[in-house]
Amino acid sequence: MIDDDHAAPLLEVRGITKTFAGVQALKGVNLTVRAGEVHCVLGQNGAGKSTLIKTLAGVHQPDSGEILWRGEAVTIAHPVAALDLGIATMYQELDVVDGLTIAENIFLGHEHSTGGLLKVSQANRITRELLSRLGHGDIPASTEVGQLSAANKQIVSMARALSRDTRLIIMDEPSAVLDSGEVANLFRVIRELTSSGIAVVYISHRLEEIRQIGDRISVIKDGRSTASGLAVSETPTPELIRLMTGRDVANVFPDAVPVPASAPILLEVDHLNLRGHFSDVHFTVRAGEIVGLAGLVGSGRSEILETIYGARKATSGTVSVQGKPLHAGSVSSAVGAGMGFSPEERKSQGLILDEPIFKNVTLSTFSRFSRAGFLNEGAEKVAAREQINALELRPADPERPARTLSGGNQQKILLARWLVHGTRVLLLDEPTRGVDVGARAEIYALIRRLAAEGTAIVVVSSEIEEVLGLSDRVLVISDGNVLAETNAGDIDESGVLDLVMKGSAA
Amino acid sequence: MSEQKTPVHAEAAPVPGASQQAERPSALKRVLGGSVGRNLGLVIALVVLLIIGTVTAGDRFADVNNFLTIIRYASIIGVISIGMTFVITAGGIDLSVGSVMGLSTVVASLTAVQLAATQSSWLLMILVPLAVGAAAGLVNGIIIAYGNVVAFMATLAMLVGARGLAELISGRRTQIVTNTGFLEFTRANLLGVPVLIWIFAIVAIAGWILLNRTTFGRRTVAIGGNAEASRLAGIKVRRHLLMVYVLSGFTAGIAGIMMLGRTTAGTSTHGTLVELDAIAAVVVGGTLLIGGRGTIVGTVLGVLIFSTLTNVFTQNNLDTSVQAIAKGLIIVVAVLLQQRFATHGAAAQKS
Repeated sequence: MIDDDHAAPLLEVRGITKTFAGVQALKGVNLTVRAGEVHCVLGQNGAGKSTLIKTLAGVHQPDSGEILWRGEAVTIAHPVAALDLGIATMYQELDVVDGLTIAENIFLGHEHSTGGLLKVSQANRITRELLSRLGHGDIPASTEVGQLSAANKQIVSMARALSRDTRLIIMDEPSAVLDSGEVANLFRVIRELTSSGIAVVYISHRLEEIRQIGDRISVIKDGRSTASGLAVSETPTPELIRLMTGRDVANVFPDAVPVPASAPILLEVDHLNLRGHFSDVHFTVRAGEIVGLAGLVGSGRSEILETIYGARKATSGTVSVQGKPLHAGSVSSAVGAGMGFSPEERKSQGLILDEPIFKNVTLSTFSRFSRAGFLNEGAEKVAAREQINALELRPADPERPARTLSGGNQQKILLARWLVHGTRVLLLDEPTRGVDVGARAEIYALIRRLAAEGTAIVVVSSEIEEVLGLSDRVLVISDGNVLAETNAGDIDESGVLDLVMKGSAA
Repeated sequence: MSEQKTPVHAEAAPVPGASQQAERPSALKRVLGGSVGRNLGLVIALVVLLIIGTVTAGDRFADVNNFLTIIRYASIIGVISIGMTFVITAGGIDLSVGSVMGLSTVVASLTAVQLAATQSSWLLMILVPLAVGAAAGLVNGIIIAYGNVVAFMATLAMLVGARGLAELISGRRTQIVTNTGFLEFTRANLLGVPVLIWIFAIVAIAGWILLNRTTFGRRTVAIGGNAEASRLAGIKVRRHLLMVYVLSGFTAGIAGIMMLGRTTAGTSTHGTLVELDAIAAVVVGGTLLIGGRGTIVGTVLGVLIFSTLTNVFTQNNLDTSVQAIAKGLIIVVAVLLQQRFATHGAAAQKS
């Protein structure tokens, strides 16, 4: 797969730097990509990965350093110049137009036409060829892109790259929006691409994926290369974490604290049903206990959490907090009973991004600080600052807009919100999505601490390892059914997957 | 939505030390990008208009009575714009305010209502428009919050419907207000200042307190900023939106009282196109049309700018058509400036 070391590299980046408004985003990054390899770029949030990509895509110009393309120094002055060289970029937020068909998207900007009239059938034919090359010949070229899943939108994005003479495809966290089956397909497509000599720069912070798909790795930390072109197979994971974070991460998951059988049951989910999503879910959570819901995307795990919280209205069944049943479909009833929820999509469902940290922290409680309807922002800030200190939220400035914080700190805002509220039952959906490796351990420790202080916690995560590592007890879910309930220590990742496979076969 | 397209900013945030570095050189920009800056721009625009007025029309313009005229002219649209500020801040829009105001003048000036007012108290003619406005707002709110109809369409329907109802009730006739108590109140001066201006001032101050200092205001901003996050935080979003539209209808009712007083007549044509003037004033004032940020001070300045402009043109006997063109230009320039300040401010915060 990898070219001989002596062959001229396809792309060589030498010591590029880039400063934005006084902030040095890149302080010297090197990257050498060979034809036909999958080159992973690893780095925490804020390391400068996105800036690097945008520099290669012609969106930003480096302040210094050079870019060599097939041995020659080049200037990538604008995005079209990058495409003309043969560099295509797939951004995390896919830049496809939902209202257009697949074929229209693929030829967007370089339509085939005669005298201004589009050659629709030709475009459709080429699109069909590209799609079947990517293993998706079954999708009609005239399908509107808005109707496709995230995975298929990625395929469209890749097909667009292939519709030009592309030699290098940069993929920015492509797996972030995919479930495990879709990731497997993505990897198959990537291997297909590299076998035809196309190089892929794969940006991710999921180490396990890099192990599967990567040939070589470059690591960036704080805008500087800390490693360049390491062979994936020869670099142990702890070494990568050290290169990425600058410190050793020994044990990511905190030790579980045994829950006494006498601990009161705080949450009771009784034969809960939501038609079309899940049926007959029942379990209890004691004070101090963490219960994990393990299952694949689409298994109904997020829907179960949302229904417990009242964000969706249950078809039947009840949810009780400390013995008191909640009104079905009423979030305020759940919140009033002492329940808190940290949603999957933190930015769109959890935070008001342009509002300051403290207002986000007190979003559920500001009326508690008020008197006769009049706010007491001073008291709100005091409460927010207490949580900022307790959770080591950074920057520790209650006036900062939530938008400017990293994923891990935004997650801490949500935890802080429910801590101020005095939540007894906390539902966490994907608590570490978009949180980098270093900050994850911190979030895990916080969740465990909350449990130790007597909170009942339910965790959902698409990373089975995370569910198992964090929970005391685990419910394995597939197709909206609870297949098994077991102690987290009694099952491993392959055990969960076995159950899921058997469950969906049955 | 936009946050998803800017991963650079999200990534740039946690770089330690960088934030302070970035803030210092752009302190001026930050000030201009903040609420002070936006209002400063409006104040400058107003001062420029005042200078133009004084230079072109001299003492006819620069006269206390003329200034009172300007503010009195602004007061009716001003009151409506305060309500509109809440609606827009909550992420909605209310196109029906003008025709609801018209309807409230018609209902309040019906012979039966005026007769009842004469027999009981002129306060009835205050209560009726308020009730009509609040009721129309309630209908809007129910349709929008509980019927999940887009605010633009629901209030467009109310715009058309309320106007039709007003025409039907009045038979398209102008109904003269005869109740002396009511006229004495609305046409009175207090400390040399017309009551209409006092009403505007009170509504504006109450609006400012409501938006900036109360849980009602916090909910309004939160829902406009992110309705789903607000719902999941336990805020009763539907109920609050309903109340915001009731508030908007209520201010349209107040404006109806003022209109009745100023014109001494109720007619279905009162308030035609007022909704557009109100929206323009609110947005020029700096309230975000997509919701999540609202400013009462900005709205008041926006209203004053437009009424000063009108006055300058009238004092110079200029064509109203030219005036309309100038208004259009002001709207575009104001929004362009706002966007520039907003991006500078945001960049200063983000990088």
